[in-house]
Amino acid sequence: MALTKQEWLDLEKKAAELRELCLDTVNWAGSGHWGGSSSCADIMTLLYYKYANFDPKNPADPDRDRIVVSKGHVGILLAPLFAMLGLVKKEDLKTFNLTGSKLGIHLDSNKVKGLDSSTGSLGHGSSIAVGMALAAKLQGKKYKTFLVLGDGECDEGSVWEAAMSTAHFKNRGTLDLITIVDRNHNMIDGNTEDVMALEPFEDKWKAFGFETIVVNGHDIPALADALERAIAGGAKPFCIIADTVKGEGVSYAAGNYKWHYGALDEAKYTTAKKDLAEYAAKRIERVNKEGK
Amino acid sequence: MAGGITFTAVESTKLATAEIFGKTIAELGEKDPKIVCLSPDLATSTKMKDFLDKYPERFFNVGIAEQNMIGIAAGLAKSGMTAFASCFSVFASLRALDQVHTDVCYQNVNVKIIGTHGGTSFGQAGSTHHAIEDIGVIRPLVNMTIIVPADGIETANAVRAAAATDGPFYIRINRGFDNVVYDAKKDYGFQVGKAVEMIEGTDITIIACGSCVYQAMQAASILNFDHKIKARVLNMHTIKPIDREAVLKAVAETRKIVTVEDHTVIGGLGSAVAEVIVEGGKACMLRKLGLQDKFSAIGLHEDLMAMHEIDAQGIVKNVLEVMKLDIEKDEFWGDEV
Repeated sequence: MALTKQEWLDLEKKAAELRELCLDTVNWAGSGHWGGSSSCADIMTLLYYKYANFDPKNPADPDRDRIVVSKGHVGILLAPLFAMLGLVKKEDLKTFNLTGSKLGIHLDSNKVKGLDSSTGSLGHGSSIAVGMALAAKLQGKKYKTFLVLGDGECDEGSVWEAAMSTAHFKNRGTLDLITIVDRNHNMIDGNTEDVMALEPFEDKWKAFGFETIVVNGHDIPALADALERAIAGGAKPFCIIADTVKGEGVSYAAGNYKWHYGALDEAKYTTAKKDLAEYAAKRIERVNKEGK
Repeated sequence: MAGGITFTAVESTKLATAEIFGKTIAELGEKDPKIVCLSPDLATSTKMKDFLDKYPERFFNVGIAEQNMIGIAAGLAKSGMTAFASCFSVFASLRALDQVHTDVCYQNVNVKIIGTHGGTSFGQAGSTHHAIEDIGVIRPLVNMTIIVPADGIETANAVRAAAATDGPFYIRINRGFDNVVYDAKKDYGFQVGKAVEMIEGTDITIIACGSCVYQAMQAASILNFDHKIKARVLNMHTIKPIDREAVLKAVAETRKIVTVEDHTVIGGLGSAVAEVIVEGGKACMLRKLGLQDKFSAIGLHEDLMAMHEIDAQGIVKNVLEVMKLDIEKDEFWGDEV
């Protein structure tokens, strides 16, 4: 295991705090993309709190690792995350989606410090990440670029144009890019396999020249191992397929495609809060049992 | 702006416009290590080979994938580079429009798009490769500057200006050779957003861009010699931001305007000029020459220009028609100019 017990525990606490703050923001906004936010909450926690070279006190550092969240509709997860990192004022979360707020469904990189790219039109982040990774080599910098993709987004052809480029430029030694797919199996209209089948998904990435790692995207030590392996690098670019649950942690939302985007009322919010507390407690119990 | 161009005036008449772009970008690349070039399997067609030969590490061929090219260019630009991405105008504007909108314009980054094969200049390729809507499609995009150079010298000026100015640019050039309207030895004072008066005149104003500037100048000569009509010719090389002052001056001084563009008359130069005229509140007769909401045909560029009446003869014919219309007699046009 890549993580010490203390590291694991700290990351679990951050992930729990992030989910809770995300849920609160959905509640303040009245509705939001809870499903795909919760599914990538552990991935984002590991990137920002452990594996990306990113100092929130110096978010414009030209040597920082870049993180492109191509599934841009998770602004309601990223804004709380940036609030935890001190880049967004916590009270500003209460303005999420309000007229005149700098925070909304899709975040604007010209308004939110530390956000590496504005995304929202799906399938765009991949190419942007390739460009950022190419720039690192041109500028003689050591930074890595992390790309977080949604699985439904992989219906977009541009994802595969960029995937082809990732392997091509990696082969030429001009790019250091790690792709992580939040494989939550659901999109707006239903299960990915019903709407537009992605399987055999891992084979697709392999065929495009990637070294793949399939991992439980809610198992922090397993995700950490995968990320460490990808960061260590190899001949091929890495694609981590993080198997996740859309809406993870909230009983009525977990695995339910209808919770791609949803509204909360008081009863739903109260249930969700209780569910998340129990969910976090269970995960911490596991740390105590298995952590070393 | 013309200062520093190292190829000669003689050379500039022998080079295709895209070749002049290629030489200019190679020169700029030497001075500015931040400049990178991207191409979707068109390095040869868009004449980026000089840059590629000199700076292979700063040249990225992305294969036949225009959307990917614009996205990668935006990522490079977000990381401090100045990215020149070149492909056929029709694909830069239509195929990759979403990337141009979101990745480039919304993020307001230094991506400079060089659209080649503009208008009907790739005539024989047919309508799949004619770019007759590109300006109309790109003009509403926030933060974007649009330049349609009249010839190779102006292309060099536009490319230099794009490299020196922050923000997104779309520069639309033609396939092949353009008639030369500028002397490479003289600095005519190219400025983004500032129309150039090519020929003085007080009877009517012909506002043109790109390959139509030369045709408008030829038309003005014919009008002068054969019909004693003094037509002013404005080279409106920058479509956005448009030179409002020059348009309003033309309204005030000539009251009649004919716009000429190798583009549909919906959304391009003619529309941009019309917007300025209407907002100016002064009466003016306007005729927009270009493709009249029709796809073009297969053929040589010059033949297609004749077909669409955007060549010298077509412009003369239309100017004569407009000159016959007496706008002063209309009772609703009683404003004092």
